[in-house]
Amino acid sequence: MIGYIIRRLIQAFFVILGVTLVVFILSQLIPGGEARAALGPKATQLQIDHFNHLNGFDQPLWVQYWHYLLGLFKGNLGYSYRNNQGVTSLIAQRLPKTMVLVGASTLLSLIIAIPVGMRQAVRRNSLFDYTVTGVGFFLYAMPAFLVGELLILYFSFDLGWFPSQPPSTASAWAVFTQPQDFVLPVITLAALTIAGFSRYMRSSVLDTLAEDYIRTAKAKGAGPRRVLYGHALRNALLPLLTLIGLTLPAIVGGALITEDVFNYPGMGLLTVQAAQNDDIPLVLGTTLVATVATVLGSLLADLLYAAADPRIRLGGD
Amino acid sequence: MSNPFEHMPVEEVVAEQEELLPSGGDAVAGDSFWRNMVRVFSQNKLAIASLLFLIFIILFCFLGPFFYHTNQTNGQEALMNSTNNAAPGAGHPLGTDDNGFDILGRLMFGGKISLIVGFASAIVATVIGVIYGALSGFFGGWLDSALMRLVDIGLSIPLLFLLIALVTIYRPTAPLLIIVIAAVSWLVPARLIRAETLSLRTREYVQAVKVMGGTRKRIIGRHIIPNSVGTIVVFATFNVADSILTLAALGFLGLGVPAPQTDWGTMLSNGVNYAANGYWWEIYPVGLCIVLVVVALNYIGDALRDALEVRLQRR
Repeated sequence: MIGYIIRRLIQAFFVILGVTLVVFILSQLIPGGEARAALGPKATQLQIDHFNHLNGFDQPLWVQYWHYLLGLFKGNLGYSYRNNQGVTSLIAQRLPKTMVLVGASTLLSLIIAIPVGMRQAVRRNSLFDYTVTGVGFFLYAMPAFLVGELLILYFSFDLGWFPSQPPSTASAWAVFTQPQDFVLPVITLAALTIAGFSRYMRSSVLDTLAEDYIRTAKAKGAGPRRVLYGHALRNALLPLLTLIGLTLPAIVGGALITEDVFNYPGMGLLTVQAAQNDDIPLVLGTTLVATVATVLGSLLADLLYAAADPRIRLGGD
Repeated sequence: MSNPFEHMPVEEVVAEQEELLPSGGDAVAGDSFWRNMVRVFSQNKLAIASLLFLIFIILFCFLGPFFYHTNQTNGQEALMNSTNNAAPGAGHPLGTDDNGFDILGRLMFGGKISLIVGFASAIVATVIGVIYGALSGFFGGWLDSALMRLVDIGLSIPLLFLLIALVTIYRPTAPLLIIVIAAVSWLVPARLIRAETLSLRTREYVQAVKVMGGTRKRIIGRHIIPNSVGTIVVFATFNVADSILTLAALGFLGLGVPAPQTDWGTMLSNGVNYAANGYWWEIYPVGLCIVLVVVALNYIGDALRDALEVRLQRR
């Protein structure tokens, strides 16, 4: 178990290091460099050279990368010249909101997908199974922004049940004080993953039901309920943890779209607005933070899996 | 088991074997594979319907403008000759958008870009992924580890963020969008083809080519990649669907192709600005186009997977 955790931590470390390198390379691709971004199109060559010298941008690339890494360790993600503010503080205000959105929608998705997938497995090839598969196909094909807009059209404009956008000043805690503001964004993001999760749950339960210990349990006289909930469900749930870890990048990407649709002031909206303003340092900063959060989330999912599954805990591999 | 040809000269073995072959030529194996695939595929009615629909949409977008002439590029002329946000009616079967452009014609005009970018970036991504994955799986060892760690890093970055960063750095045009979308979507095919290569390179016929002195290039190019064609085709189909969705998402975020061109995502993004006004014709037709094309591609991909796996089951 400890060997596994250490190996997994080292792997996550190198992935994060690699991502910083990718982001650093992207920052080198900015046309005209950061100087142009900071000083504007009218800056003279002399001013640009001076700016580059002051910020160390005239040094060899590996030195610059090293300084970039050192800056990251101190929590310095760069400077948004458009907002005249450090990227770190801009992101720090927004990150909790995105985490609330991602967490709540993943939870909702699981609450729906697990029972649906189980029922599909138990009633395989039934009308229910086919219907859910068909609906799943459409959900998968529906772009997140279309789902969001349709929800706004019906539940916000037509029925007036929920607001079409949460108040932008509220903090992440508003999810407890004003939950109705979060209903539509959370459903939108959950719609992205429900189809995949229930599909996976279906095949996972089917695999588990074919195991020997299920036959043994049945032979010992355990009722169908006990077999399903006591034996099959618990074992079928495990691989779902890994799937959540693997789906996390897609969920975070979906959160970006969802935030744009609902004007939800999280990190995704920050990124989109930065992109529309050509604020490249800010875009790169959010990309890095979103990725690191994703890597850490996947790491957490894997560690939970290891803690829950004795085959990994004791097997060593 | 003793080999009856063991002690014969090569020429005699060949002659002997030719006698044993059934008459009808040597194309039997290859031929039946494709015929089998087409047979299984055509049994799937949903897939056939999807394929017909996809062909219809392609013809609609590419040939439609020749029969249904509309102005889609000159904004001034559009505003002069028609009212903007007009409901469907005479002259404009699907109404007009906020710039006075005819929506039916715009579906064709934007669809062309969406389909071209979707198909082209899927092809580019598949080619890159296949070469990368085949090299990684075939050479193995430290090269494989290094190449696959790079894929891990790429896959852990939420694609949309990476795309937005790339699109912000390089202003988007249609060809650039193809490259950028391909640049973030070759990772999964690379991983799939690597896994396929790992299992293929231990097969007898690959070993045989090696023993006969076949070069690595020949083994990868003539044996490993052609034998992974099923995986490649199935994945490429899904990849087209994903690329169309990705372009739609970028268009929706205002990062799609620049005006006067348009794509389905950009159209939808324009339309939802008027969601509160009840201009449904600016949302539903284009939304339906995106969803139906993606669903159709997914059904086709599913059917292809079934059709190509038949060969594995019967071997």
